[in-house]
Amino acid sequence: MIELTGVTKVYDQDKPTRVDAVRGVDLTIDDGRVTVLAGPSGSGKTTLLTVIGCLARPTTGRVTIDGDLVSGLPERFLTEVRRKTFGFVFQRFNLIRGMSALDNVMLPAYPTGIAHAALRDRALALLDHFGLADRSRAVVETLSGGESQRVAIARALINDPAVVIADEPTASLDGARVEQFLTIAADLKAQGKTVLITSHDPRITRAALVDRLVAMADGRIVEATP
Amino acid sequence: MRAAFERRRHLLDFAVASLLRRPAKNVGLIVVYALVVFLLASVMLFGTAVRREAAAVLDAAPEIAAQAMTMGRHDMSTAADVAALKGLRGVRRVEPRLWGYLWDSAGAANYTLKVPTAAEAGLTVGKGESIVGEGVARARKVSPGKMLFLVSPAGKFLRTKVKAVLPSTTALVSTDLVLVEEGDFRAFFELPPDVWTDVALTVTNPREVTTIAEKASVKLPGHRFVTRADMIRTTEALFSWREGLALALLGGALVAFAILAFDKASGLSAEERREIGILKAIGWETSDVILMKLWEGLLISLAAFLLGFAAAYAHVFLWSASLFEPVLKGWSTLYPRFPLTPEIDALELATLAVLTVVPYVAAIQVPIWRTATADPDVVMR
Repeated sequence: MIELTGVTKVYDQDKPTRVDAVRGVDLTIDDGRVTVLAGPSGSGKTTLLTVIGCLARPTTGRVTIDGDLVSGLPERFLTEVRRKTFGFVFQRFNLIRGMSALDNVMLPAYPTGIAHAALRDRALALLDHFGLADRSRAVVETLSGGESQRVAIARALINDPAVVIADEPTASLDGARVEQFLTIAADLKAQGKTVLITSHDPRITRAALVDRLVAMADGRIVEATP
Repeated sequence: MRAAFERRRHLLDFAVASLLRRPAKNVGLIVVYALVVFLLASVMLFGTAVRREAAAVLDAAPEIAAQAMTMGRHDMSTAADVAALKGLRGVRRVEPRLWGYLWDSAGAANYTLKVPTAAEAGLTVGKGESIVGEGVARARKVSPGKMLFLVSPAGKFLRTKVKAVLPSTTALVSTDLVLVEEGDFRAFFELPPDVWTDVALTVTNPREVTTIAEKASVKLPGHRFVTRADMIRTTEALFSWREGLALALLGGALVAFAILAFDKASGLSAEERREIGILKAIGWETSDVILMKLWEGLLISLAAFLLGFAAAYAHVFLWSASLFEPVLKGWSTLYPRFPLTPEIDALELATLAVLTVVPYVAAIQVPIWRTATADPDVVMR
C-alpha cells in the first residue's frame, strides 16, 4: 500500500518562476488495484506520479510504501526502491533509440547484476508474451506505435515490480491500441500488480477495469472514488 | 561477487553499444586523440631509440680525444704533442688523426673528410680511393666503383674511386663521412706532414680515464681532452634537448586536446541527456551512469592510444621518423637514414599512457558527473 500525507511539490521554489505543481495531497493507493489519476494538462497528475514512483522527492509531506517511509531517503536508496518496486511506461515510451527492442527491455535489470543469459531469456519471454518475439531484434525506431508501447510495458515488467506506473499511455494511440493496452492492464491486475495510470482520455477513465478514479485540478485532488 | 561482475559487464556492453550508435562523433574524437598520441609517442620512441643508437655507436669512439687549442679555437696537433702523449703512464695507444670539414657546393652539403686510423682496420683506403657515408652516396649519387670528385676551398681537386659505402647502421655518426688516404688528405687540404687534427688515446685501465686526462692536460696545457663519457653525455643532452623541445611544443597540442575532450563531454547532446534521464528513471543509479560513461571514455582512450602508438611505432621504426627529421636529427642536408632498433620501454609506455589517457579521463569527469546527477524526473516533464 502506498500512502501520501500532505504532499506538496514546488519547482523553482525561491525564484520568480516558482510553480506549485502539487498542493497538500493526501492519498492512499491500495495494492492490486487499478487507479487512474485524471485531470487536464497542468493539473499536477504527472508530478504526483513522479513523487509516488520515487522519481522525485516531495517538497513537503510524507510518502510511505508498505509502511516504510521513502520520501526522505537519499538518492541511492530511492533508486533501489524505484527499481525494485516500480515499472514505468512513459508517455512517449522513452525507448532508447538505436538499440533493439530486446536490449531496451533488458536495460532496467542491468544494475541488478543478473546473469546475461537469464536476463535475455526473461526479456525474450516478456516480448513473446506481448506478441513481439519476431520483433526482438528490431531497432526501436522501426517499431509501430503499438509495438513501441508493448516494448515499453515489457521493459517496465523486466524487474517484476509490484507497481506499474503508466503516464498518459494512450495519448497517441488509436482505438484498437487503446483496447490492447486495457487488456494488458487487466492482465497485470489479474497477476496481482498495482496499476497506476495518469490520463485524461475518457477511453481510460471510463474503462471497466478501473477500480478508483482520482480527479485532480490545480495541484489538488478535487474528487476521488472510494 | 558474481552480480557485481555481471553488473560491470552489462554496463560495458551498454557503453560499447552506445559508442557504436554515434559513430561519427566518436570516430572523429578517436582520430584527433590518436593523432595527439601519435605525435607524442613518435617523439618519445625516436628520442629513446636515437640515444640508444648513438651510445652504441660511440662505444667505438676513443676513450680520450686530445685537441690542440689556440685562443679557444681548435688547432692542429704537432709531432711533439704526439710524442709527449706517448710518454704518459697508463696510455696504451696514441693515434694521431686527420679529419676536417668540407662544404660541397655540388651536393649542397657539409662533409667530414677523414683518414682511417690503424684501429679502423676494415676501412683502409688506398691512394685515389674513398669510402663514403650513406648520406654522401645519396647526395652525390655514387656507389662502389664510381668516381667521386671533391674541390677544396683553395681550389684543390680530389678525384677518388668509391671503394665502399658505409652501412646505414652507423649512419647516425657516419652519414656525412668521406674516408680518404693520408697522402690524398694532406695534399687536398695542403697540410704539412707533421700535423694532425687531433690525437686519440687508448688507456690500459678504463677506470683511469679521468685521471689520465687530468695528467695529460698538465703535460699539454694547450690541449683539451674530451673523454668518451663526455661525448656520450653531449649526444644524450643534445637529443634530450631536442626531444624536450618537441615535447614542449606538443604540450600545447595536449592541452588543446584536453579542452576538446572537455567540450565534447560537456556538450552532451539533448539525445544523450534524455537517455541518461531514462536510464536513471528505470532504475540506474548515478554511479551506474558514471561507470558506464567512464567505460565509454576508457574505450575511446584505449582505442586512440593503441591506434596512435601503433602508428608512431611504424613511423619511427619503419619510416625512420620522417616527419620529425628537421627537429630531431639535426643535419641540414644529409639527414641520416638508418634503421632504428625497435624496442619498447615499459616505463616509457606507461609515461605516455599517463600523459595522454589521464588528461582525457580527467577532462571528462566533471561534465559526466554533472549530467549523471540530473534528476530522473526530467523524462516525465
